[in-house]
Amino acid sequence: MSRVVLETRGLLKRFGGIVPTNDVSIRVHKGARHALIGPNGAGKTTLVNLLTGVLEPTSGSIWLDGQDITRLAPHLRVRRGIVRTFQINQSFSELTPLQSLALTVSAQLGLSGGFWKPLGSDARVAPACEKLLAQFHLDDVMNQKVALLAYGKRRLLEIATALACEPRVLLLDEPVAGVPEGERQEIFDIVGALPADVSVLLIEHDMDLVFNFAKSVTVLVNGAVFAEGDVQAIANDPRVKAVYLGEGETAGEAAHG
Amino acid sequence: MLAALLLSWWLLPTHALLLNEIAILALFAVSLDLILGYAGIVSLGHAAFFGIGSYAAAIFAKLVMPDPWVGMAVAITSAALLGAACSVLILRGSDLTRLMVTLGVASILYELANKLDTLTGGADGLQGVVMGPLLTPLGALEFDIAGRTAYAYTLAVLVVCLLIARRLVHSPFGYSLQALRDNRLRAQSIGLSVNMRLVAVYTIAAAMAGAAGGLLAQTSGFSSLDVFDFHRSAEVMLVLVIGGTGYLYGGIFGAVVFKLMHDLISAWTPQYWNFWMGLFLVVLVLVGRDKFVRPWTWFGVAKP
Repeated sequence: MSRVVLETRGLLKRFGGIVPTNDVSIRVHKGARHALIGPNGAGKTTLVNLLTGVLEPTSGSIWLDGQDITRLAPHLRVRRGIVRTFQINQSFSELTPLQSLALTVSAQLGLSGGFWKPLGSDARVAPACEKLLAQFHLDDVMNQKVALLAYGKRRLLEIATALACEPRVLLLDEPVAGVPEGERQEIFDIVGALPADVSVLLIEHDMDLVFNFAKSVTVLVNGAVFAEGDVQAIANDPRVKAVYLGEGETAGEAAHG
Repeated sequence: MLAALLLSWWLLPTHALLLNEIAILALFAVSLDLILGYAGIVSLGHAAFFGIGSYAAAIFAKLVMPDPWVGMAVAITSAALLGAACSVLILRGSDLTRLMVTLGVASILYELANKLDTLTGGADGLQGVVMGPLLTPLGALEFDIAGRTAYAYTLAVLVVCLLIARRLVHSPFGYSLQALRDNRLRAQSIGLSVNMRLVAVYTIAAAMAGAAGGLLAQTSGFSSLDVFDFHRSAEVMLVLVIGGTGYLYGGIFGAVVFKLMHDLISAWTPQYWNFWMGLFLVVLVLVGRDKFVRPWTWFGVAKP
């Protein structure tokens, strides 16, 4: 078994009477292709928000490479390699894709505090941006304001921005939601082509994609870990089928719900 | 832009005092644009930094030494320190909170300047600030009554600040300000420290506002409570409404238009200039700046 990169121990988040994350302990191994599934309201996005520091847990702890990062500020977690995409696009609407990526790449290189040399003056920035723009088919719109871009393009930029952060652990929160059928596979091809030591935690509703992409799966129900295991075991687990995948006629509905 | 400013020096030697006022207001507006247009921090108390710069320069010239450059450095430093201290107040909260907090800070300083009358002269203002000669590469220049030296001095400070601001907004730091203005959550999640940047830009903007205040005290030989007054914070906001935010030159265009209109209208109808100014602003905002400056589009039929 390879090394554990990201781990949560007894993670709990309480909003008043609601407990969206209830005693969750998961382990993400180095180079994992791990999926997090669960019905709506199971607490998947809350868990991502806890992992990235957007929310602070009520109790429990989060460990990265054996170090406690439970109270670490969000931007410092990114610098340590925990990078996410958002379920709902979060972009810099007044900047262009090129500027957004150049800023992100500069931040990775530790240049984002520089206030004298122009953005992109470092020789390493342009090639990195060029590669991402080409990979995500954004070259033709790279100088348009993000606010004016079509939804699909903004979605691609969202993921390109995350990859520009050079993640070691990448958290993908429903990366292909709203992406046209044809481009979905492409996104997964790019994510699949990430270096083998990058761990990916995928939150997704589309079961075909989950079973194609992931090697291991965690099922969340009502904020708690319901089942865990490799893809085959989960797909065949009758309890998982019952609560999540649904049985017989309701299968399709549940998967999209 | 810069050429036009330099040209004005030769074209209007008799209006140096007005030009000086315009340049000071322009610098003040550019400093507000840095935080409003780029970082998205609304402020109704930017006069706090203008005022502290003004009093610092005046008091320094009166009590310590009359050299304008050293005085300018003192004005900038005091405003920057105040800006850094106040920046913790604008880190949290929404636009409305920020409006109130900044307004409050300026009011507090106004009252402080009023009460500390042994130092500031209180409600009478600090009079009789006499500046020493301006040391330049061309030799020492005395501040003259027509204000030509004053205008040249103000223009030099404005140009330097503008060049610094321009480098700043085109740097990664400048873009990161726009990024956190557009989307704080996203800015964090690409590894940017939002708070550090807000503190930095607020301090820089405060320093520039302090420079503008310092210029006013040094070139007018006078500093009064008026520099902390609410109308100053509001006026500089109006200048940006006229000139536009987020491209740095808006403050300059706005200051030119605002001061010239003020000057012309109040010469024509001294009692009612506020009416015409108000009417102009209402029309400008309703029509929109883009359309307003293109009169030929006013009466065209809208294309379907």
